[in-house]
Amino acid sequence: MVKSSEQEAVQELVDLKDPALAAFLTWLIPGLGHLYQGRRAKAALFFICIMATFVYGCYLGGSSEFGWGRVVYFSWRPGDKRLPFICQVGAGLPSMPALVQAYRMKNHRKVWFNGFMAPPIPASGQDETEPADPNDVNADQLTAHTLQRNLHRYFDLGTTYTMIAGLLNVLVIYDAWGGPVFSETAKKDDEESSEDEDKDETTDATKGNTRNEANNAAKSENPRANGA
Amino acid sequence: MDNALLAVTEINDLWYTVPLIVAASLVYSATRHELLTPILTHAVRIGIWSVGFMVVLFAVLALMSWWS
Repeated sequence: MVKSSEQEAVQELVDLKDPALAAFLTWLIPGLGHLYQGRRAKAALFFICIMATFVYGCYLGGSSEFGWGRVVYFSWRPGDKRLPFICQVGAGLPSMPALVQAYRMKNHRKVWFNGFMAPPIPASGQDETEPADPNDVNADQLTAHTLQRNLHRYFDLGTTYTMIAGLLNVLVIYDAWGGPVFSETAKKDDEESSEDEDKDETTDATKGNTRNEANNAAKSENPRANGA
Repeated sequence: MDNALLAVTEINDLWYTVPLIVAASLVYSATRHELLTPILTHAVRIGIWSVGFMVVLFAVLALMSWWS
């Protein structure tokens, strides 16, 4: 396999150490695995990009009134199977409070921090804005219908941002596990440039041979120049 | 002209795609390179390609909306 010059240079610098541990650390906190491997610049880049996307998504999908991070929650109730969480969990530790809050709500314990990453409470059959159990300890929390109605399109925007953050971290996990995946374009560029260099060398060599032949021919035609 | 397509999505909402394009371009490029300069170069290329693709797709959908 022909490697690009960048690939050859990098493979001497990158030490993946324990790839499995690096991958796990990267899932836990984006960029942490790369920091473990000593790839500090990429660690900072990944951390800033993914965490900024995730945090901004939590900001968009919440408010001081309804609680922040309301778009990141775990629920598998009939009628509210939160599929986006499958993508959001890719962001790792930042999405774990959703599991804690879901556990607390399921066991009828008061959710923390004004419903931060807490799932909506089940709604009554007659009114989607009213809780199914008014005596529940979390009855003051919002139903899914109320949450989406109050947050308007920001609920979907926040969901999109946090999902994309989680999915991007999947790419980063693979980078920590296996190193960078060099593109075919870079290899082709290097191949073309090396072919051009070879052509130039061949042309120069040909020109040099032609000059030598001309000199030899001139010498043979002029025996006096050769001391004959 | 039928502006149903534009009416469905407020133009201001399109600004929310900018941070996503920047983040996705940087992360994707960083998984393809190790050194910072190639990462940034590739990210700019990917970002421009993404925006161009979305513009073309939007134009196609707008034309279809206008002709229907």
